Amino acid sequence: MNTQEKLKAFQQRIDNGEKIEPKDWMPERYRKQLIRMMSQHAHSEIVGMLPEGNWITRAPSLKRKMVLLAKVQDEAGHGLYLYSATETLGVKRQNLVEDYLYGKAKYSSIFNYPTLSYADICVIGWLVDGAAIVNQTMLAKSSYGPYARANIRICKEESFHKKQGYEMLAKMASGSPDQQKMAQDAVNRWWWPTLMMFGPPDTESPNSAELIKWRVKSKTNDELRQSFVDRSVMEAQAIGIEIPDPDLKYNEETGHWDFGEIPWDEFWRVIKGDGPMNRERLKARRKAYEEGAWVREAAMEYARKKKLKEDKAS
Amino acid sequence: MSADHSNNNVEWPLWEVFYQPGNGKPFEHAGSVHAPDAEMALQNARDTYARRNEGIAIWVVPSSQITASTPEDVGPFFDPANDKAYRHPQFYSTPRAVKKRT
Repeated sequence: MNTQEKLKAFQQRIDNGEKIEPKDWMPERYRKQLIRMMSQHAHSEIVGMLPEGNWITRAPSLKRKMVLLAKVQDEAGHGLYLYSATETLGVKRQNLVEDYLYGKAKYSSIFNYPTLSYADICVIGWLVDGAAIVNQTMLAKSSYGPYARANIRICKEESFHKKQGYEMLAKMASGSPDQQKMAQDAVNRWWWPTLMMFGPPDTESPNSAELIKWRVKSKTNDELRQSFVDRSVMEAQAIGIEIPDPDLKYNEETGHWDFGEIPWDEFWRVIKGDGPMNRERLKARRKAYEEGAWVREAAMEYARKKKLKEDKAS
Repeated sequence: MSADHSNNNVEWPLWEVFYQPGNGKPFEHAGSVHAPDAEMALQNARDTYARRNEGIAIWVVPSSQITASTPEDVGPFFDPANDKAYRHPQFYSTPRAVKKRT
């Protein structure tokens, strides 16, 4: 088969709803796009531990501390599922990690915002993990087998993340006036950045059409964003929280909530590295990577010596 | 500080992880982990893939030790199975009276 025929057969498999597995033939561009998208997803999970990890030592109770610890550990797990899945495309994990620590690889813009109070932890669970669920539920049906399977695993855990945050926020929103203020303030700060998590509008999303053609994704950024807004409005109303958007209005015709203009200038600024926490996050990740180098080397050396001993003994 | 990262090239080997989801169930592939040795691979596999009792037993295997069939050969490789209908119970007929009872 020549490349043209291979491409056609590949598209046929995709259109039939088949999954593509690591050793199957795939267009180079499909592989590249997956590596970009999956490693970006993995980096986001790892960086995502920082804003929440920030509050573990200051959790308001032992129960909340245990919950937050478990959640942050899950985020590490999600990062590892995704790196593992990305490696099936023939790349080394260490290269992926170094690409974002020292190179140009990106991660979700949402993690470049600071967590100013414990209410932020509630809102991250409710909104940020809620948005991640919308995205990852779609990715669980992705055409690349290992990516789909990693997302299925992630989705199972993500609903715990969302529910713990939502429950906590509901409690705060019905608490003392100060607590109510804290809750609303956190929602006000996180709402717009969360809507940006779905990526640029469809008109400015260069990768979307190709990713949809290959069924890596099945919905556009704007479609996902809309379904998230619809769900969040209902959930906000149920606990007496206000969505900070004066243009938010139910549209009888479409059956969806229309919302105001997203501050895209801010989005592009944060993506390009100029958000409130970009430098801080990268610094923390580099520090962890560099200061952990001797541990990785020592463990490797210990394993080598142990094996040598065992070989001698036998 | 950031300049010396290029010396940082000790990557732990890759291990494939399989787990048994429950008593009596066959092992399933979960994913992979990096670890310096088998013992650490088992621990990493537990922390990564069995935080909620997803497995009651785990196997780890060096990824380099896995031999897999190739998609290109899938036709000839599995072909012998296609023309042996007599390996299936449907190939055989059973008297009507006996059929009813099952």
